[in-house]
Amino acid sequence: MADYKWPPMDKRRVMGKRIARLDGPMKSSGRAKYPSDMNRSDLLFGALLTSPHAHAKVTGIDLTAAKAIKGVTAIRVISGPGTEIQWAGTEVAAVSAVTEEIARDAVKAIKVTYEVLPHLVKEDNLAKVGARAKAAGEQVTGDPDKAFAEAEAKTAGDYGIPVITHCCLEPHGSVVAWGKDKIDFWPSTQAVSTVGGDLAKMLELPATQVHVDCQYMGGGFGAKFPADRWGAEAARLSKESGGRPVKMFLDRATELTIAGVRPSHFAKIKVAGKKDGTITGWQSESWATGGIGGGGMAPLPYVFTNIPNRRMNHTQVSLNTGPARAWRAPNHPQASFLTCAAITDFADAIKMDPYEVFFKNAAVSARPETYRKQLAKAAELIDWKKKYTHGAQKTGTLRRGLGIGIATWGGAGHASKCKITIHPDGTVEVELGSQDIGTATRTCITQVAAETLGLPMSGVKVKLGDNSYPPSGPSGGSTTIGGVSSSTRKAAVNALEKLFEKVAPSLGVTPDQLEADDSRVVVKGNPAKAMSWKQACQKMGPTPISEMGENEPRTAAREGLNTQGASGIQMAEVEVDIETGVVRIIEVVAVQDCGLVVNPKTAESQVAGAMIMSVCSALMEERITDQTTGRVLNADMEFYKLAGLPDVGKLTVHMDITPEHDARGIIGLGEPCAIGGIAAIANAAANALGVRVPMVPLTPERVLAALANRRNA
Amino acid sequence: MSSSKEKPKDRQPKSAFSRRSWLQGAGVSGSVLTTGLLAEEAQAQTAANVMSGEVEITLDINGKKRSVKVEPRVTLLDALRNRLDMTGAKRVCDRGTCGACTVIVGGKVMYGCSVLAVDAVGKPIQTIEGLAPEGQLHPVSKAFVNHDAQQCGYCTPGFIMATKGFLDRNPNPTTEQIDKALSGNLCRCGTYMGMKAAVLEAAKEIKNG
Repeated sequence: MADYKWPPMDKRRVMGKRIARLDGPMKSSGRAKYPSDMNRSDLLFGALLTSPHAHAKVTGIDLTAAKAIKGVTAIRVISGPGTEIQWAGTEVAAVSAVTEEIARDAVKAIKVTYEVLPHLVKEDNLAKVGARAKAAGEQVTGDPDKAFAEAEAKTAGDYGIPVITHCCLEPHGSVVAWGKDKIDFWPSTQAVSTVGGDLAKMLELPATQVHVDCQYMGGGFGAKFPADRWGAEAARLSKESGGRPVKMFLDRATELTIAGVRPSHFAKIKVAGKKDGTITGWQSESWATGGIGGGGMAPLPYVFTNIPNRRMNHTQVSLNTGPARAWRAPNHPQASFLTCAAITDFADAIKMDPYEVFFKNAAVSARPETYRKQLAKAAELIDWKKKYTHGAQKTGTLRRGLGIGIATWGGAGHASKCKITIHPDGTVEVELGSQDIGTATRTCITQVAAETLGLPMSGVKVKLGDNSYPPSGPSGGSTTIGGVSSSTRKAAVNALEKLFEKVAPSLGVTPDQLEADDSRVVVKGNPAKAMSWKQACQKMGPTPISEMGENEPRTAAREGLNTQGASGIQMAEVEVDIETGVVRIIEVVAVQDCGLVVNPKTAESQVAGAMIMSVCSALMEERITDQTTGRVLNADMEFYKLAGLPDVGKLTVHMDITPEHDARGIIGLGEPCAIGGIAAIANAAANALGVRVPMVPLTPERVLAALANRRNA
Repeated sequence: MSSSKEKPKDRQPKSAFSRRSWLQGAGVSGSVLTTGLLAEEAQAQTAANVMSGEVEITLDINGKKRSVKVEPRVTLLDALRNRLDMTGAKRVCDRGTCGACTVIVGGKVMYGCSVLAVDAVGKPIQTIEGLAPEGQLHPVSKAFVNHDAQQCGYCTPGFIMATKGFLDRNPNPTTEQIDKALSGNLCRCGTYMGMKAAVLEAAKEIKNG
């Protein structure tokens, strides 16, 4: 069997190098065509009418006035009379028209009547949710009652992290043309190989009829897997408009209201332990919502999973709000925040440096040594030992503090098939039905293929974003780079074997004596005996060599190309103005492993990006709903806050690139680095203030309220 | 949060009747209408207000005259994207917050979503498509690539145009000035780390010409 294992770390010429992303020039020149940029001839524009009510029954729809508008080509009713709507923003009708302005006019001209029903859109106070709460069961390990009764120290705290939205910059949507024999579908998607089948199913058509093309996409973060109702409706509008292509993307308000959220998570947490910092007991009563379906329990206690005595109770709360979708590391950022906050408060209560408490209790995690090394490294980078003082010792108006957040993730490669074609002229094509959602997937695949074939980056042409290429999994759960790199490696090794069979006789050796290096095919141990890549490829005759490679998750770990299990530590230093309540980031440090790193440059970007997302979530992001109207109050980017350039402070990224981590193969990175930052920042603020702000984002209002509560206590 | 989202003053169109100022006048802060500036604007723009239906206008985009039919309510951004197939500027917030639609109009950095197409008539409009000839990269674009100041890339053209306009005004920026100048643009993937270095490198590159 072919030897697929990665070349030794010190022998790699292309993998592991800091190579600029290949599609960077297309993106930074505005030439990259995203699905929302697709302007076809005869293009029509679609627009959606959505429900203003969070819970209502549609009683009537009058299309007369809308139909009379010149330029309208089709109108579709999505939620007809009798439909019970469960959240504001639900799609009620869709229109296509020759201009976007006319489509919007037509939407406004549709008259819908509703029977408004009672709704619930807030869950921060569990006592007020009534029958919408559903107990999700209790988990008990060890003897928590005894542990708490006998504990030398006990703490109790309330913590909360609200619903946030994905806020993809390119909104959800697509351009779609219902042709005679096939549907051309340009969706903004993170699932090129599956989204076509999804659309076909909704349209009750054979999957073979949908052609998907998505070369670039403007952000997904877990919210862009399905074809979605608006995708199917755009297709139907196209059909009813004689097959003219329809462009329908959600407007910003709708995007922020229905196109995906991260569930909230609230918890009352009690920690028991010894005065030396050893944690012996954990009790949590948590609740969460992700919309009408409620919200499951985050993995509590997080990372410190082997605290000997634990009791966890969870309640799901069903709300009339837009539904949850996967959000980078589903439920982990919430779990990390809740757990690390409770542990930091325990450390504070026993007057211990939280660094020591985290370090000590790494013993009850799955990877004690890794976490301890990472804690030490992060502490060194942020200068923890010199800077840390207990919160009670802080004085002055501007107070600085330090905090820790911790992360774990799986990240094994997804199922992926890759086809590599070597042409007789020496050019190489690599095809995968994958997608580059900003990860630098194109670049990493090119690096793997170039490394394996002994070619420069320019010698390999990678093609993605089309469902006629061999299938690859959706980009979710940090599975892409592991999956596509492994399938590409195998396809390249397989193709090379075929090439060597053709070339070996000319060099008077057997195929197994050949290797590809520096754009040449060389006899191993005899570099003088070689021929150029181009000459070698001429030996294959007129028919190209085309080989497949497959990453099969069940066997991948055994082969060693990719595996799972990444750890990360983030530490933050913040400065809080105790008069204004404003929290400012001084620095965030991330220490992250992810096995073999294909491209440190883009990997570091990914980590830094996730740290910035954590800044957003810790300081700004919150979907605010109004119980009176049932609507999202901040469904725009003025009041749904994201961090800007001045808000992020200094970012220090340390990728753990070591032979020990490298030997594990590739592990996904997207999720693990997006977990610990919120906890680190919230804990840093707690340290600065000497009091816990129970809920993120740490708005000035919440900071000042926490200070006032302490004064009044 | 802090005042980071304050936009540099010249990001807002001052002399044109813009959708943003209309929004302000219409309700966000009704009293603004009584101030001299907006009252004058409203008066000067009476003609624009009574136009209806599509009119043919000529826009001066990247040094070329482009004819386009638009209704008066069509923004410069939508005219570019929907009618002229110039899709470098992106529509993200559509309300003058995120900067993904940044273009340079009459030498000023502006949000394309907050300028009406009819108000851009007679002013040179620069878009990302005009920054460098096909196959070449403007130094700002190049620096963004070098420093990996992009992931999904959807905000990138807006940031590049904001940077270009900023460096035109301030060829020797400090990092604090960069923070402030680009605070009217937002990125969701979180590419700010590479961005500061990119802007500094671009400034140097442009100076060395």
